[in-house]
Amino acid sequence: MVTAVPTQRRVLWAGRPSPTVVRSASVLLGLGAWEVYGRILASPIFTYPSAIARAAVVLVQTGELQFYLQASLVVLAFGLCLAVLAGIPLGVAIARWPLLEHATDPYVNALYATPTVALIPIIVLWLGFQTKAKVVLVFLFCVFPILINTYQGVRSVDRRLLEVARAFCSTEWAVWRDVILPSALPFILAGIRLAIGRGLVGMVVAEFYTSITGLGYMIVQYANTFKTDRLFVPIVVLMVLGVGLTGLLRRLEKRIAPWVYVLRDE
Amino acid sequence: MTTRIVADAVVKRFGDVFALGPCSLEVHANEFLCVIGPSGCGKTTLLRILAGLIAPDEGAVRLDGTEVRGPRREVAMVFQHFGLFPWKTVWDNVAYGLRAHGYPESVIRERVPRYIELMGLQGFERKYPYQLSGGMQQRVGIARALAVDPEVLLMDEPFGALDAQTREFMQEELVRIWRLQRKTVVFVTHSIDEAILLGDRIVVLSGRPGRVREDLPVDIPRPRAGERVRALPRFLELRRYVWELLRADAEGSR
Repeated sequence: MVTAVPTQRRVLWAGRPSPTVVRSASVLLGLGAWEVYGRILASPIFTYPSAIARAAVVLVQTGELQFYLQASLVVLAFGLCLAVLAGIPLGVAIARWPLLEHATDPYVNALYATPTVALIPIIVLWLGFQTKAKVVLVFLFCVFPILINTYQGVRSVDRRLLEVARAFCSTEWAVWRDVILPSALPFILAGIRLAIGRGLVGMVVAEFYTSITGLGYMIVQYANTFKTDRLFVPIVVLMVLGVGLTGLLRRLEKRIAPWVYVLRDE
Repeated sequence: MTTRIVADAVVKRFGDVFALGPCSLEVHANEFLCVIGPSGCGKTTLLRILAGLIAPDEGAVRLDGTEVRGPRREVAMVFQHFGLFPWKTVWDNVAYGLRAHGYPESVIRERVPRYIELMGLQGFERKYPYQLSGGMQQRVGIARALAVDPEVLLMDEPFGALDAQTREFMQEELVRIWRLQRKTVVFVTHSIDEAILLGDRIVVLSGRPGRVREDLPVDIPRPRAGERVRALPRFLELRRYVWELLRADAEGSR
């Protein structure tokens, strides 16, 4: 009986290639098609993968890519850290005290609903073109998903487990430590994962607008000078950053809260 | 026989729903009392009131003569949904009550293994609840309750979510432990067989609002090993009697 299950599964899957094979083949095919089309077109404002790769080598050798990447990462890291440090305690506090919730939810809803991009000119006007303004912008892009997810996580704690804690005469502090925060943790991590995606957007747009440094600045600069092969290098770096960071968070979520995934898979 | 718990004309309403009462009962020290009733009759509500988790709208509960106004350390509860913390290991779940009661680590390190062993959970200390079967999970729930050495154990259909065989095995385990440690047990169930197999006494509740309809001593000597007892004429007699009570009530409310 026990061995029959995997055998049957193998039979079901026989003749179908694994998802990894399909994914890799699809990516190779897409890149290949782009390469061929780009070479045939041979337009100065179009480019293709091998040209982008060559441009990347040049930008790395001159140190230009590292320089701008570092500037961007500093902005992203500071903005995200501030958002985590402010968003989690604020989300917890809003979930804990209804008075605070009602006092703050007009601001939270209004700011979250406002396209944060619309705030860029005013932030730049107030804070200048330097790192400070960009950190504040990334913070504004990141803080709401973290705050709202923390709030939701605290609110969606299993009432039955709260009753268990009460039945064992736990103090309120112990209930937060042992029940509410652990149960909110997967939500908080998902909030941070969403915040990273938004933070990358905020970072690039802020760099477009301020146009002094960073990957966003690289993109604008090479677009203005029609160097499309170089233009794609920061885009690819941003893509890798996005995929890498959110993938990292996803793995962290699975490690920290394995029970969530077991329940979902059942 | 000393009286440990008294519920005195307890009434509970949830909005428009008249859930319970007036309901009065007494639980004697070291007694195994089973509470049975049709579904929705307020059995769980009664238990939560006895535990001090919710307050009755009228009436009062007294434990050893003092009124229950909130959860008490002398009382531990076992839940139908097990109530285990998914982010804690078996060890930490069993230790939960002890930590909540503020016992020092030295006591915890001595007691937790004892109750893990008592419930046959050795080797699973580092596992998480989702890695265990339902029966094993409820063993953790019972170990957690027993670990605080309560005088009163309140059990809310603890085996309701288990399959028939696991259930029978757990019933025997529970009686074995109860005979070792002589707690006062209030055991809510909707299974007539379970009530007769386990209880010194059965309180039969009526349909909503739950009131005590009958208070029956179970005069079958222990040990009551499942298969043998189920064939006894007295068992069948009691079973039919309780069944008639529950059925009459179900028909009456229709």
